[in-house]
Amino acid sequence: MIEVKNIYKSFGEKVVLEDISAHFLKGKCNFVIGASGSGKSVLMKCMVGLIGVDKGGIEYDTKDFVSLDYDQKKDIRKEIGMLFQGTALFDSLNVEDNVAFPLRMFTKMSPDEIIERVNFCLNRVDLINVNKLFPSSISGGMKKRVGIARAIALNPKYLFCDEPNSGLDPITSRLIDHLIKEITLEYDITTIINTHDMKSLFEMGDYIIFIYKGTKWWEGAKADIRSSGNKELLDFMKASEF
Amino acid sequence: MKFFEELGHYVLFLIRLFSKTERFNVFWRQTLHEMNSIGVGSLGIVSLISIFTGAVSTIQIGYQLVSGLVPDYIIGRIVRDSNILEFSPTITCLVLAGKVGSSIASEIGTMKVTEQVDALEIMGVNSANYLVLPKIVAGVFTIPLLVTYAMTLSLIGGAISGAMSGIISLDYFVKGMRADFIPFSVFFSMIKSVTYAFIITSVSSYHGYKTEGGALEVGQSSTKAVVYSCMGIILFDYIISQMFLQR
Repeated sequence: MIEVKNIYKSFGEKVVLEDISAHFLKGKCNFVIGASGSGKSVLMKCMVGLIGVDKGGIEYDTKDFVSLDYDQKKDIRKEIGMLFQGTALFDSLNVEDNVAFPLRMFTKMSPDEIIERVNFCLNRVDLINVNKLFPSSISGGMKKRVGIARAIALNPKYLFCDEPNSGLDPITSRLIDHLIKEITLEYDITTIINTHDMKSLFEMGDYIIFIYKGTKWWEGAKADIRSSGNKELLDFMKASEF
Repeated sequence: MKFFEELGHYVLFLIRLFSKTERFNVFWRQTLHEMNSIGVGSLGIVSLISIFTGAVSTIQIGYQLVSGLVPDYIIGRIVRDSNILEFSPTITCLVLAGKVGSSIASEIGTMKVTEQVDALEIMGVNSANYLVLPKIVAGVFTIPLLVTYAMTLSLIGGAISGAMSGIISLDYFVKGMRADFIPFSVFFSMIKSVTYAFIITSVSSYHGYKTEGGALEVGQSSTKAVVYSCMGIILFDYIISQMFLQR
């Protein structure tokens, strides 16, 4: 389980996150929702350590990530997979090398074992015969799948997805959503998904955190959203036609 | 004040490069790749520049040495010294600052704005060490070789242009080239090359690495990388000359 405790983050005078506490359930799809500029992405970047917090703690299975040294953080980061909004595949590497990258960096697997694992991960995301293609020559949906394959290559315990279906057509969006859900259940991963796509949330969300103007406005199970009585959350859903 | 702030960030960036190193085999593979990119990829432009620098310097020196009291072979000697001491290292590295420097800054800058650097960090990779150190090491080893190659070609270019234009015969040019040769000149040139290589690769990487925003900022970083690398080269040209050539 991941738990954030009283997180504060400011950029200069601008307060972006204010006293955010939340927990993210193991083996579930945890959604962080909110309008653009509400602080979702900053929260996610704080959680994975890309941005330091001003105050507060982030616990990965009771280990306080903020107070760990570089090597200890590195150990936790090896258990984190992340799917970026823009996929962040390495342009200079082909699909196979992108997925193999974390395996080559952090494991002692032989080249044959690495290729075997790469092919397994690519098959898992329904990609076949694309090993030698470069990111520039594949579609947006395929890039997302390669991103997922790279994220799961090291069997992560935690999977972070930043707007996983942004820029994709509705059908591909649902495919990516289902893929993330399946992987979460199959490998018992703690998945955290940043989105403002309410359709994704209602299809695959288990636990929801609603961020409003940098503060946690509501937290609870999907089933409780409609009866939450939270005006901002209900307005947000209404704007999304749900 | 801003200059010192920037300098401080640059020094911290350099410290970060060496703080947490990645696996040696990964580093070695990256370094070889960069050596190929910087070295082999620059052979064409370096060849062209060097031949013409040598050729032009022979013609200009021949044009200025009008005194009958100065023997013609002196042209070869002046071409040799000016190319080894100054033109080959400095002009070659100024050109490389444009070619290699902008390439490094835009490559790293693009990786930064497309979150590829973030992806490395999240995996637990020291992105500065993984991306930048191989470029610096490759540059420091490859650029002196390119400069040596440039020296050779500039002398060949000088000899050919002297002979073709009738300014000085090939025999006389070679005689001038061999007269009073001081091997320290080549050593001095290597000191300059290594310093310039470090400046080009580290300054360009630094500007690429601190890019934030989008395509416009990548272009700006690339421009800054070239401008600051050239300024660094010119500044250290003076400092190194003052240190080693003062009588």
